[in-house]
Amino acid sequence: MACAADCAAEPNSLVLHPVSIEPTMSLTASDIDRLARLARLGLAPDERSRLQTQLNDFFGIVEQMRAVPTEGITPMAHPTDLLREVALRLRDDVASEPNQREANQRSAPAVEAGLFLVPKVIE
Amino acid sequence: MKQASQELHDLSVAALAQQLRQRQVSSVEVAQHFLQRLRRHAGLGAFLDVQEDVTLAQARAADARLAAGTAGPLEGVPLAHKDIFVTRDFITTAGSRMLEGYRSPFDATVVARLAQAGAVTLGKLNCDEFAMGSANENSAYGAVQNPWDTTRTPGGSSGGSAAAVAARLAPAATGTDTGGSIRQPSAFCGVTGIKPTYGRASRYGMVAFASSLDQAGVLARSAEDCAVLLSVLCGADPDRDSTSLDLPDEDFSRSLNAPIDGLRIGVPQEFFGAGLADDVRAAVEAALKQYEALGARLVPISLPRTELSIPVYYIIAPAEASSNLSRFDGVKFGHRARDYADLTDMYERTRAEGFGDEVKRRIMIGTYVLSHGYYDAYYLQAQKIRRMIAADFQQAFTQCDVIAGPVAPTVAWPLGGHGNDPLADYLADIFTLPASLAGLPGMSLPVGFGAGQMPVGLQLIGNHLSESRLLNVAHRYQQATDFHLRAPQGI
Repeated sequence: MACAADCAAEPNSLVLHPVSIEPTMSLTASDIDRLARLARLGLAPDERSRLQTQLNDFFGIVEQMRAVPTEGITPMAHPTDLLREVALRLRDDVASEPNQREANQRSAPAVEAGLFLVPKVIE
Repeated sequence: MKQASQELHDLSVAALAQQLRQRQVSSVEVAQHFLQRLRRHAGLGAFLDVQEDVTLAQARAADARLAAGTAGPLEGVPLAHKDIFVTRDFITTAGSRMLEGYRSPFDATVVARLAQAGAVTLGKLNCDEFAMGSANENSAYGAVQNPWDTTRTPGGSSGGSAAAVAARLAPAATGTDTGGSIRQPSAFCGVTGIKPTYGRASRYGMVAFASSLDQAGVLARSAEDCAVLLSVLCGADPDRDSTSLDLPDEDFSRSLNAPIDGLRIGVPQEFFGAGLADDVRAAVEAALKQYEALGARLVPISLPRTELSIPVYYIIAPAEASSNLSRFDGVKFGHRARDYADLTDMYERTRAEGFGDEVKRRIMIGTYVLSHGYYDAYYLQAQKIRRMIAADFQQAFTQCDVIAGPVAPTVAWPLGGHGNDPLADYLADIFTLPASLAGLPGMSLPVGFGAGQMPVGLQLIGNHLSESRLLNVAHRYQQATDFHLRAPQGI
């Protein structure tokens, strides 16, 4: 376990560790616009301003996390990597599923001749 | 032939399975009984899809296998599934407008395993949209009512599952737990629920929220029933779930009655701070006393980063959610906006119309913490502290065998009680998040009542793969007490 020793050595290095960090800037209206664009969410103006307030409130509780000293700790992407070595599992490269095109397209919004229809992207 | 002393809906899964095997009652009779009940209690809002003809066809098939002597361990027992599991024969919405009317071409592995064992599906259960929520108020199809007090939340996100089991609309139900979504509604509705070790149950066919945290489990009325169902539900699925643990199937009922003499129960001081309501504290402390009377020993322990689990979880889970939910683009399935100018406009309008407020908030948070310039400060930092939290548990398990504490700081709050303050819901998850981040098994069992005569749950957390021990510890308590047998009035 990458950090058991370091973590155990300082069991009380907890919640509100007084470490000076550069203060986070609050998210501005244009930040919200940029994030909504990245996330492909078309937000109404009132939604944008509500989200701006709510996200800034949320990041208020995140500040305590940014102050925790974590040098030398390996990020934990997978909860069972404590349990065993986690390797990306690959299955044999053979077709295992039957063709279910019709069933797969049954809930598609727009289908024609077995193809998914999307708005024109190439002129 | 009806059971004289006990109504069908009061029977445990084990007793029901036995009566079905002995042909004292047919699967069709049992299914009809529950279908009638869930129609009568439709006002609770627990079910999102019921297809009586499908259920009865499954019950007839179960009766045929019972007659032919080819019955599985759960043959003819009716169950209901959280609407986060995809099903071929029932609509799957994940509580979202985005998937209104969606028909999956396949069954989730968990659903298939239970069906293979003979279980009959009663329907699909309401939940917070994409399992994001702690009060079931984020469902696009309306909140679920708590059967103990219909003005209160059943908890979330598996609120429909907990309410259905508490109201005896199903003997047991499936649920999923990403940050407490089985344990907290179990506590709020006075039922017994378990989330196994991450990787025990297949995620194939579970609509993905946060893939490194999502885990299927069960809600039932006793640890004994949870053990029966979990033994069927868990199992390796290496070809379809890349994080499934490749372990042989296990019989989690095998040591239910093992003695708990000398059991070391770790009591984390951080779970009993100022934020814990007095009524919950009193019920949980009484339960710990009961355990001492049963021969266990209480060991004070520390989980020093308990409070940090809130920001850590609410960075990691939305990050994974923002990535998982990018598949909802209005092309292959689900909702598509009616009017749009071009492809990007279609995506933006489709997602704006299809997702509810909480889902949008989490997508925005996730997009932000994964974006250039913020990834290290938020996402990687959260993953590092996640490892420290997991290590804190390993440190604690050198001093104790299981950990016990409250599931939630309060009993179920009134519907609408947290208003439009999402942070209030996040903060209430404090005691369930740490075990989720560490991938540990956890459960909730009813141990008393608090304000408004609302149920209180005790949380038990075990080390990885210790489900049998957890269920044993819960079962011994339930052998000595009757909180798990209490039913809400008017049910």
